[in-house]
Amino acid sequence: MQTLQRRTLFKALATAGISLGTIGLSACSKETLKADGANAKGKTVLIIGGGFAGATVAKYVKRFDPEVNVTLIEPKTTYMTCPASNWYLAGLIDVQTLTHDYETLKTQHGVAVIHQLATAINPQKQTVSLEDGRQLSYDRLVVSPGIDFKYEAIEGYSAEVANLFPHAWQAGPQTELLAKQIQAMPQGGRFLMVAPPNPYRCAPGPYERVSMIAEYFKKHNPTASIMILDPKDKFSKQALFAEGWQDLYGQMIEWYGSQDGATVTKIDVASKTVFSDFDTIQADVINIIPPQKAGKIAFTAGLTDESGWCPVDQDTFESKIHSNVYVVGDASNAGTMPKSGHSASSQGKMCAAAIVSSLNQLPMPPTRNVNTCYSLVGADYGISIVGVYQNQDGRLSEIPGSGGVSTKGAPLSERKLEAEYARGWYKSIVKDIWHS
Amino acid sequence: MLSPVFQKLLGGLFVCTLSSMSYAQSPQPISMGEMFATTCFLCHGPNGQYSGGAIPPLAGYPRDLMVEQLKDFKSGKRSGTIMGRHAKGYSDQEIEAIADYLATLKP
Repeated sequence: MQTLQRRTLFKALATAGISLGTIGLSACSKETLKADGANAKGKTVLIIGGGFAGATVAKYVKRFDPEVNVTLIEPKTTYMTCPASNWYLAGLIDVQTLTHDYETLKTQHGVAVIHQLATAINPQKQTVSLEDGRQLSYDRLVVSPGIDFKYEAIEGYSAEVANLFPHAWQAGPQTELLAKQIQAMPQGGRFLMVAPPNPYRCAPGPYERVSMIAEYFKKHNPTASIMILDPKDKFSKQALFAEGWQDLYGQMIEWYGSQDGATVTKIDVASKTVFSDFDTIQADVINIIPPQKAGKIAFTAGLTDESGWCPVDQDTFESKIHSNVYVVGDASNAGTMPKSGHSASSQGKMCAAAIVSSLNQLPMPPTRNVNTCYSLVGADYGISIVGVYQNQDGRLSEIPGSGGVSTKGAPLSERKLEAEYARGWYKSIVKDIWHS
Repeated sequence: MLSPVFQKLLGGLFVCTLSSMSYAQSPQPISMGEMFATTCFLCHGPNGQYSGGAIPPLAGYPRDLMVEQLKDFKSGKRSGTIMGRHAKGYSDQEIEAIADYLATLKP
């Protein structure tokens, strides 16, 4: 016989007209007693943002309890992922592979999807306003807007200038623009990246990007050069990237950090020049990845703190500012977890469990978050970083002894295997979120 | 899981309650094994099912073999690219709970 769980049993008793009070069950927990009549049926979960975090929450709330009404609010009808978008710059995959729709969430999971921008949240009335004037009520709200940019941090840069010097740090037209610029770059020209300060979306992403651009140049523009000006003094998987760059691209990629004075403070659009204490540099293609903060709605709704990100409970991801509102993914402050698609989806699963448990007044399971970031240094050269996290004293922290990066100096066969796993990872994560 | 006291006390009530209850639909607490295993799907495929790449699927994986392999990754007895780094994030008991859950999934 199937194991009968506490809540099921309680319902069975209630159906039979037996009150737990009368039979005095001391073994029954407080939560279970509170569960009298509590049911998530007909309760509404609204989710703002259909990226790795938001789309995961939508699917997994339905998976854990199909009786909950789930509505996903996402302006775009299709979503292009930042993860693997660097592979597109190298010509390894096409835009179609990177692009995902919401059909499976709608048809297989019964998630309602509204392609609108959420403009405001009223946490007291528990409503969300949409751009078209509609107002939606919620029992639980998930805010997963991803990132926004601090354009003003670099003098001369703006959302408009990003159409000339793309950031391509939100995938879509920006990614395609950067690809076109790379393809059109004169032979022997210079590609310049202005890297962002911590914390930002996808810690190894900028360095995978230059690797993939080098992969492209090696075939199509072998005398081109690549320079990175970085406001940090070190970066994710640095030793592994340096090893791979040397092995695959010789001297093509030059990196300068804050110790070299490479923090870019100003740009000049007309002369395609960037300014830093390190030097004044001109380039043919300029990719500026500005400093980052939580997506706009997080600020509009007052969910952020002085860090520019959203403080949340480190198990449930419920906002520490507004109750019944949860923030997952890049916009949240998740302790030492990096901002990545994998982190966002992991958090989305914990958050979905927290919401379903709370709506049904059931105990929340223990949580364990995971990050896995693969980077391609070359088409057949992969490296990875792993972290396993749990809430320790109110902060998501790595479990001692776990996690870490690929082995330095590993044979090429291992790099090739990790490149294959990187491609397999992408297939799995997007299928888990958007296509199953 | 029900406590033994609870189970005993209610054993006699099943006869009169089972017919009228809708327990298939009733939400149940999410187990630790399921909660932790959902993050395995991110690489190994949704519900542990093969997603078309080089990473092996996990659905229906024999429980004892899974426990042995994860513990070997954890101790370093078995080498691999990233699984040792993951397995070190779980206690033996947690590994067993994950393996229990994965074994229940349909391949």
